[in-house]
Amino acid sequence: MTSTSAASSENTRTRVPGPRELGTKNWSWLGVVPFFLFAFLFLIGPLLYLIAGAFQNADGQFTLDNMVALGGANIIASFSLSIRLSLLSALMGTIAGLIVAHAVVLGGLPKWVRNAFMTFSGVASNFAGVPLAFAFIATLGRLGLVTVLLRELFGFNLYAAGFNLFSFVGLALVYLYFQLPLMLLIITPALDGLKSEWREAAEILGATRRQYWQMVGLPVLTPSILGCFLLLFANAFGTLATVYALMGSGFDVVPIVLFQQIRGNVLYNPNLGYALAVGMIVVMGISNVLYLLLRRRAERWQK
Amino acid sequence: MKKPFPVLPAITVLVAAAYFLVPLFATFYFSLKMTRGTLSFAAYQSVFNSREFLDSLVYSTLASLAAIVMGALIIVPTVYWVRLKIPKLRPVVEFVSLLPLIVPGVVLVFGYIRLFGSNSYLPLTNTDRGTDLLLVLGFVIMSMPYMYRAVDNGMAAIDISTLTEAAESLGASRLRTVALVIFPNVRSSIIAGSFLTFSISLGEFVLPSLLNRPAFGPYLVQLGQDRAYEPAALAIMAFGFTWACMALMQVFANKKPGQGVVPRLPFLSRKERSA
Repeated sequence: MTSTSAASSENTRTRVPGPRELGTKNWSWLGVVPFFLFAFLFLIGPLLYLIAGAFQNADGQFTLDNMVALGGANIIASFSLSIRLSLLSALMGTIAGLIVAHAVVLGGLPKWVRNAFMTFSGVASNFAGVPLAFAFIATLGRLGLVTVLLRELFGFNLYAAGFNLFSFVGLALVYLYFQLPLMLLIITPALDGLKSEWREAAEILGATRRQYWQMVGLPVLTPSILGCFLLLFANAFGTLATVYALMGSGFDVVPIVLFQQIRGNVLYNPNLGYALAVGMIVVMGISNVLYLLLRRRAERWQK
Repeated sequence: MKKPFPVLPAITVLVAAAYFLVPLFATFYFSLKMTRGTLSFAAYQSVFNSREFLDSLVYSTLASLAAIVMGALIIVPTVYWVRLKIPKLRPVVEFVSLLPLIVPGVVLVFGYIRLFGSNSYLPLTNTDRGTDLLLVLGFVIMSMPYMYRAVDNGMAAIDISTLTEAAESLGASRLRTVALVIFPNVRSSIIAGSFLTFSISLGEFVLPSLLNRPAFGPYLVQLGQDRAYEPAALAIMAFGFTWACMALMQVFANKKPGQGVVPRLPFLSRKERSA
């Protein structure tokens, strides 16, 4: 078919060629030019510019100084803070999400409970940023409803007991509000994928509930769980607005440091800024690529 | 053979529900306490009476709508064309579309400021209109993974090559085919992607803040620093707004091609399925 229409298009050259004939002449790549042009100008180009800049000095000469500067005490400290915060919040999200998902999917509760949780999770996983910070300030801030209620009803002073919403742990607790629902949404398909035949087979062979989980359930789920953990990690690592609204600009996670650099509120060195940006992309990139690899492995069981 | 009531899962679910619902309730209650001694909607009134609130909301709404239109115009023809003509390229397009997921907003806007700054070949940030455009383009990029996925799912559900052949044998040009056959058939997917785009862009803080545009996100942060009760009121409204966007997205994403514009109510269709 290709050869005949190509031949006929030669004959009808003087006529206006139909779109189909143009296609067979292999002009079809033209159709994706707008997309790639757009992506190049406003996504890939800016990234390449930053990456190139990270390896240049102010005069445009090649240097590794910026990469070396990434090892400076301040920057190491903020990467460490970011990574620790993201690890903690991803760990909390993974474990809590797993427990809730297990209860909702396999716990034998009525169907509507699961539906309600799934619907709510779709909303809550997107309810991040500034409003989320406001909600937690109104709940657990110094004058928040829960703080005040605990004090007035039970005489328990949350803040005197060492809790502080505007701290590392407080922040992780706030992150949990969008991490747990995200975990719930992405781990549920994996839990659904645990076939009841496996459980029955294990039971017939005399396995206890614990043995089933230890030797069948968890090994099958492990790639999914690890993958979800990485996705949650990346999700927390890139979060800026929630931190900013809650803590102001004083809490030096990497996005905030870069934000301050761009604003010019701190000693301004664009090339160091580029290096910071590249560092962020590397962290995000690694966790997302690992997530994709693990997900592919997990899908083996979901045929 | 009735199973015993699942006590442990029930407790888990109750604790989780409390974690999710208490902040919402607390925020709502807090937002009602603006007038001393009574509960009132004064905080909401104060928000709606503020000129800045309306201006920034209108600005962000317009920017988000522009991003939706631009995103759909770029992504729908591309997904269609790649599926129809160059399936080999699909992984590449998919990769590029998902790339924004690993690029934090602050990094993207940093690239914009340097690449389109006043000393560059294309100094978009020199004028307000240019910066607005840059903001909208940033929204398009940030929402591209979601828009792409929605449209690609929609496109997979219809037989585009048959539709295209049918349209061509009736004499339609390529443009006409895309505009009058393909677009309407993936309309509900586009709308689903649009609601997601909308909920992402409307409250976005980093991009407009660093581009210095009077959008809703920066206004929210400023308000949080200046006031006590209005932020709570806004948080409640934002939650309601996110809820509405997600619900509408669900409704449209689950629609089959060719169904009417007015969606069937989700709880009705669920009943039908179980019956």
